[in-house]
Amino acid sequence: MRLPIAASIAAFLLAASSAAAAEDFITVASTTSTEQSGLFKSLLPEAKKALGFDVHVVAVGTGQALDIARRGDADVVFVHDKAAEEKFLAEGYGVKRYDVMYNDFVIVGPKGDPAHAKGTDVVAALEKIAGAKAPFASRGDKSGTDAAEKRYWKEAGIQPAGSWYRETGSGMGPTLNTASGMNAYALTDRGTWLSFRNRGDLVILVEGDAKLFNQYGVMLVNPAKHPHVKKEMGQRFIDWLISPAGQRTIASYRIGGQQLFFPDYKPLAVGR
Amino acid sequence: MASATRSLPVEARGVTVRYGALAALDDVDLTFDGSAPLAVLGANGAGKSVLLRVLHGLVAPSEGGVTWSGASTRPRDQAMVFQRPVLLRRSALANVEYALAVHGVRGRERRERAAEALARVGLEKIASRPARVLSGGEQQRVALARAWATRPRVVYLDEPTASLDPSAAAEVERVMGEMRSAGTAIVFTTHHLGFARRAAAEVVFLDRGRVTERTAVPDFFARPRSPEAAAYLQGELP
Amino acid sequence: MHDIGASFVLAYHLATGGDPELWAIVELSLAVSVSSALLACTLGLPLGALVALQQFPGRRALIVAMNALFGLPSVVVGLVVYLMLSRAGPLGSFGILFTPPAIVIAQTVLVTPIVAALARQFVEDAWHEYREQLTSLGVSALRAVPTLLWDLRYSLLTVVLMGLGRATSEVGAVMIVGGNVSGVTRVMTTAIALETEKGDLPLALALGVILLALVVALNAAASVLRDWSLARHG
Repeated sequence: MRLPIAASIAAFLLAASSAAAAEDFITVASTTSTEQSGLFKSLLPEAKKALGFDVHVVAVGTGQALDIARRGDADVVFVHDKAAEEKFLAEGYGVKRYDVMYNDFVIVGPKGDPAHAKGTDVVAALEKIAGAKAPFASRGDKSGTDAAEKRYWKEAGIQPAGSWYRETGSGMGPTLNTASGMNAYALTDRGTWLSFRNRGDLVILVEGDAKLFNQYGVMLVNPAKHPHVKKEMGQRFIDWLISPAGQRTIASYRIGGQQLFFPDYKPLAVGR
Repeated sequence: MASATRSLPVEARGVTVRYGALAALDDVDLTFDGSAPLAVLGANGAGKSVLLRVLHGLVAPSEGGVTWSGASTRPRDQAMVFQRPVLLRRSALANVEYALAVHGVRGRERRERAAEALARVGLEKIASRPARVLSGGEQQRVALARAWATRPRVVYLDEPTASLDPSAAAEVERVMGEMRSAGTAIVFTTHHLGFARRAAAEVVFLDRGRVTERTAVPDFFARPRSPEAAAYLQGELP
Repeated sequence: MHDIGASFVLAYHLATGGDPELWAIVELSLAVSVSSALLACTLGLPLGALVALQQFPGRRALIVAMNALFGLPSVVVGLVVYLMLSRAGPLGSFGILFTPPAIVIAQTVLVTPIVAALARQFVEDAWHEYREQLTSLGVSALRAVPTLLWDLRYSLLTVVLMGLGRATSEVGAVMIVGGNVSGVTRVMTTAIALETEKGDLPLALALGVILLALVVALNAAASVLRDWSLARHG
């Protein structure tokens, strides 16, 4: 009877110590689309080499990432929804926001393009899709991508509703799976699309519109609100991201030879 | 921990045990002081097993009560051997040691007393074998060793030889005889009349939950006082 | 259909390729699942046995509650444990959110009711065989708990395996409290979830095949152990 007790305590302590021993790490709350693009696989090893500590990335939807940061469960937050980020700053949870990089969204859809959406104008494309009541798969999950999509519909003056508009309430991958299965249109970030293997009949139909650019920002969680935040390490990580070395590492990440993220930190354009 | 109470004399007063509408025991008065080994006889369903369990404190009566040396809490210096032994999934020795451990015996004394108990029933050679793979007779002897190891004042045995072949039954009889010689009181039930005659000095006869007579052994078998007992001995009752 | 075939091939290559990232994930999965299963059994087996053996007021109601907790939704557990371990929560100062101990805690919370409810059923069913003899020996309900747990060890092995299986297969709660951090809290199930989300279904399936193989191996080992012991002990 004693053996299992000893064994479980030992196992638990082992698991605990392996976590606690690495007190030299920071927690970064970021988004699923960034994680799924594979950027962190390329970025984090370089960061570790430069900084000497580990970076733990928790990848969830933008809304949840900011919530995690508000609760103090992360040291740094790195998402792509400027409006939500500024609100986060205004509430006092962040110290300062820095532009880091951008990627872009594209609209994918069936090769046959029944709604004739193809082009470089995202708002016009959405108007045509709604007009044709062509199937459209939306994330509907408070993520950065979802927020962008809702903004475009708003600009088109359309409130999408009806059986052709499917909100999956899930991440980019599952939403694309749904779109692929339904032969539907969808808004996606290029990164996820490039890594997505289950394309079915879908291709990129709309790209290049400046509105489709997706700006990433990074903020240190405010130690005034959460004293335990690892502020020195967190700030060093941010400093590295916006340094020439960091920005180079971001630019060097490619899928199928294609660059995904475009570093755009400008020291003179003091981001709020 | 009511271990101060002695198990004998055990006194049952007005004991009735009901299972639903059926009275397995009906207004039974019985006192046993351990001076002579007692056999409880009767037909099937007469209440023999229930009576033993009541005296042992395993079954609480629906009416009436049982006291041990005048106290109503079940004492610890008694043991019971059942028709089919229930042994734990461990060695024969460990089974005996378990009973001793429950009685607070530790360490070396425990091991030695357990080994001694097994030797007394002739099982020292199989002490380390898993108890449950032993033969029926061997298992019953382990149960006896277990019962005896804690040096009880009285041992109750419910049809101890019923599921055994003659040689195993003879072994059990032998051990019971040794228990008697060592001063342990014995109360047992059985259908084997020869066994009852050899092993007991007194007989209590039950018929449909009531005690119809209590007689010394030679008198009971020669001249049973109640007609039910006579019919039983004649083999007419089941 | 050819996805599945491709996955088996991929699974084979992955398993034999010695990919360090994959083995780190497998190791972590085993570590957290075995820890939680052991903890859950340490808590749940005696608890279940005690409820089976001891009479007390409200026992029937407690048994109903225990059986109901069997179907405790794992995302609810994940959420509650998350709120407890969050910095904003009562246990936040330990800082174990998004680390393996958080996963162990969540899985233990999930598995303990299962182990307790099953143990209670097993022990209660077996008790009628032991009751008279143990009561005769002077064994109290409390004292009988370890005795019966040990005597029923081969049947209870099934319960332990069920607990282990439940822990190994958990994904929702693990995702919430672990955060699926690469190299830290990414276990097989959350890795599969991630690859599925990315649309890399063959890889997800391959990981699933490996996970299944592990679980089958564990169960086979337990089955052999049970048969051997049954033959030895009867």
